[in-house]
Amino acid sequence: MISFYLNGKSVSVDDDPSTPLLWVIRDSLGLTGTKFGCGMALCGACTVHLDGKAIRSCVSPLSRAAGKHVTTIEGLSNDPSHPLQRAWIEVDVPQCGYCQSGQIMSAAILLKENSKPTDKDIDEAMSGNICRCGTYPRIRRAIHRAAEMAAEKRSS
Amino acid sequence: MSARKANHRRSFYFWLSAVCGLSLLAIATLHAAPRTPKSDANSSREAFLQIYKVFTSPRCQNCHPAGDSPLQGDDSHVHLQYVKRGKDGRGVYGMRCDTCHQSANLPGANMPPGNPKWSLPAPETKMVFVGRTPAELCRQLKDPKQTGGRSLAQLLEHVSSDELVGWGWDPGTGRALPPLSRADTVTQMKIWIDGGAACPQ
Repeated sequence: MISFYLNGKSVSVDDDPSTPLLWVIRDSLGLTGTKFGCGMALCGACTVHLDGKAIRSCVSPLSRAAGKHVTTIEGLSNDPSHPLQRAWIEVDVPQCGYCQSGQIMSAAILLKENSKPTDKDIDEAMSGNICRCGTYPRIRRAIHRAAEMAAEKRSS
Repeated sequence: MSARKANHRRSFYFWLSAVCGLSLLAIATLHAAPRTPKSDANSSREAFLQIYKVFTSPRCQNCHPAGDSPLQGDDSHVHLQYVKRGKDGRGVYGMRCDTCHQSANLPGANMPPGNPKWSLPAPETKMVFVGRTPAELCRQLKDPKQTGGRSLAQLLEHVSSDELVGWGWDPGTGRALPPLSRADTVTQMKIWIDGGAACPQ
């Protein structure tokens, strides 16, 4: 039995410690917002946060999460109120949507560490998240917009 | 026996012992020579050319790139995903090394390799290997400004004992090994240093 915190709640699973965290989150714990893309840490669709840092859950064994805090797209906010979620809706970023939870989780780390990113910062932070629909210009615009929203919230 | 004869005999045995002793020493030295080559400037330079081949092999130079992106594969192509060195040599934002690289190699070809210390040199001491000639790389290793103040002994320690360097000889499936074993690399590096760390022209 391995225990960890998923979106703030303590969970315990009896999956094999080598099971990819992605399958534990999706199949054992039922949160399907995190997606399987390549299974080799190449595309970023499976990005979640482990103790506040981005990881690729498809190549991370369950044992990596033992005793730690895992945050998925479902845990970014209780409602879609995170600036990134609001900006994503406002800019209408997704096309097919498959990669978007990974995109948002990577963007959340960027904004946590850099409240006013430049285009270059965004390119460097987001280059590991692939979008086959090519929504990159809208992703960039939405991240800038989310940074503005977060700044407005701080100043209000 | 008179005292004079006894003195002669003692003197004879003294010189006989000395000659035999020196002869044995000379023979021992001649026999030892092939096993431990004398480290002079020439053998030092030759040894450096051996370790240069290791340092510029993919397993070493991929983490000692000329730019701020690590390299990948046996063809040393620039790391996919626009990976960057970052302020501490461990990446940026959600693109940190340990986003994908964990404490051990993942099984299977083309899966992310791993080591607890996975990183590039910090930006202050990039220690570029890629594109350096033997002479340039040799001089760089002796320049404390470029090595972050590391002495030759510390560089030898880096090659012989550092955990991440050791990964180069345990790189997982689908990655070529350096041209010399780690032990042979260390031996050649010692010869290079003992001979005065001479640099090729």
